[in-house]
Amino acid sequence: MQQLLNTALGGLTLGMVYAAFALALVLIFRSTRIVNFAQAPMAMVTTFIALTLIDAGYSYWIGFAAALLAGLVLGAVVERVLIRPVEDKPEINAVILTLGLFIVLHALAAVVFGNAYRSFPAPFGIRGFEVGGSTIALTGFGVFTIGAVVVVMALLVALFRFTDVGLRMRAAAYNQEVARLLGVRVGRMLTLGWALAALVGSLAGILIAGGSLVHPGYMDSVVVYGFVAAVLGGLESPIGAVVGGLTLGVSLSFVSGYVGSELVALAALGILMLVLTLRPGGLFSQAAERRV
Amino acid sequence: MSATSSPAAPSPGAASATGPVLELRDVTVTFGGVTALSGVGLAVRPHQVLGVIGPNGAGKTTLFNVACGFVTPDTGTIVRESRELGRLHAHQLAGLGMARTLQGLGLFDRMSVLDNVVVGADRHASVGFLGSLLALPRAAREERELRERARAVLEELGIAAYADRYPPSLPYPVRKRVALARALAAEPTLLLLDEPASGLSADEMDELGDLVRSLTDRMSVMLVEHHMDLVMRVCDEITVLDFGRVIAHGTPAEVRDDPAVLAAYLGEVVGDEDAPGALPATPEGGR
Repeated sequence: MQQLLNTALGGLTLGMVYAAFALALVLIFRSTRIVNFAQAPMAMVTTFIALTLIDAGYSYWIGFAAALLAGLVLGAVVERVLIRPVEDKPEINAVILTLGLFIVLHALAAVVFGNAYRSFPAPFGIRGFEVGGSTIALTGFGVFTIGAVVVVMALLVALFRFTDVGLRMRAAAYNQEVARLLGVRVGRMLTLGWALAALVGSLAGILIAGGSLVHPGYMDSVVVYGFVAAVLGGLESPIGAVVGGLTLGVSLSFVSGYVGSELVALAALGILMLVLTLRPGGLFSQAAERRV
Repeated sequence: MSATSSPAAPSPGAASATGPVLELRDVTVTFGGVTALSGVGLAVRPHQVLGVIGPNGAGKTTLFNVACGFVTPDTGTIVRESRELGRLHAHQLAGLGMARTLQGLGLFDRMSVLDNVVVGADRHASVGFLGSLLALPRAAREERELRERARAVLEELGIAAYADRYPPSLPYPVRKRVALARALAAEPTLLLLDEPASGLSADEMDELGDLVRSLTDRMSVMLVEHHMDLVMRVCDEITVLDFGRVIAHGTPAEVRDDPAVLAAYLGEVVGDEDAPGALPATPEGGR
């Protein structure tokens, strides 16, 4: 019973991070039809920016804020500089560009930040809470992780649901041509979408790093899990991404706890194949009807 | 309904502006050797409804897209309130006080009716992203105003009851009204309607006619349409196109009796495609 609870709790924390990362992919995909494979190294770079600041003596929170801000800027710059020029071409061009960016950022980070493992601090305890004399698999940092993702998601929901800018972003995502006719600056909305997505990706990056080791490739497995989570949710639906992330986190935690931790990556890819075979539109199937 | 004013005289409702709100002068458009429009001129006068009619293939859609600035004519000019327009980007249309409807409606299926209309009302929004993000008081007030204006338009068109519904669940005539509401929410001074009567019953067409008439106290309307009845009933002036040329112009009464118009309509080939170069019709609901 206790192991079950612990496995679920551990999965929930991890699932939150996957959810955030999946959300970053979905935010871009649903408005541009591009899977941003560079999301992971982008988050890696912003996490290293945070680490550089923290190592220079600034507080964790300065680093945290800097990482999110850097994500915002990096996302906007990538959209403007790399993606905009191929906007009118088939989406595959942009996807290949993001793959290229993946490699470039990797290499650059190794040059600039070094190719060694470095430890990343956590602002809260990374030991499990004690409940009734036994330690459970929920740490102070875990609570912070869950809280941070929930807050950012709530802010995104508020932005998309209740603000005028959010409405324009949704309009631009659904139908660019019509949105333009109504006076929406679609290009700006796309830039903003990339910026917000990269911010959420950066959040996932810094949360994964907390109390752990970072190195230029530390996010590479997360891109796989985040992608599986996004596909699970249908690639189009932000809510689907969150549910997909949590489902995947908990599932993989059970695989790790009860079957063997070496099978986690295999299980993730197994789930991906299963979803693509049985429900290619994802658990929240909406994608199929949109593509004309 | 005033159907008697001569082409040169501005309508009595025009208080300030006297010149046309939109004028096409000697416009010629060719698509790869095919002449879609040839030396076409027309003028939309303040607070009037100008109808553009013609058989299928006459060049109506091309003309509509020229008026919107989406198709640049080979020769000729487009003048909007004494200002010559070059090629326009779609998003600039709203800023020029122009709104247009689409034949395919182009509603956002996954946004409520109210939200659809709010996007249309948006051209007046001045608070940017940061303002919204920081929930500045000004941003909040502006959101409220946009919503109120959108509701008022829904009210005016008699579809306020559907504000929280989603377009796919609504009957076609209601969806058409939502599309119109979205165009009106921008408070344009010139409304361009592309085949607004298609798919409507005779009764619904009558209602549409009354509605368009009632708009003329606030704006001018260019109505591109092939339903003769509607055009005759609603328009102050009518320009008739056939094979890319203006074959007649005048009041409904003048146009009705014009032999060239009768010939064009009696000789209409059924099922002929509209002119090439049309803006691709947006699939229903923006999929």
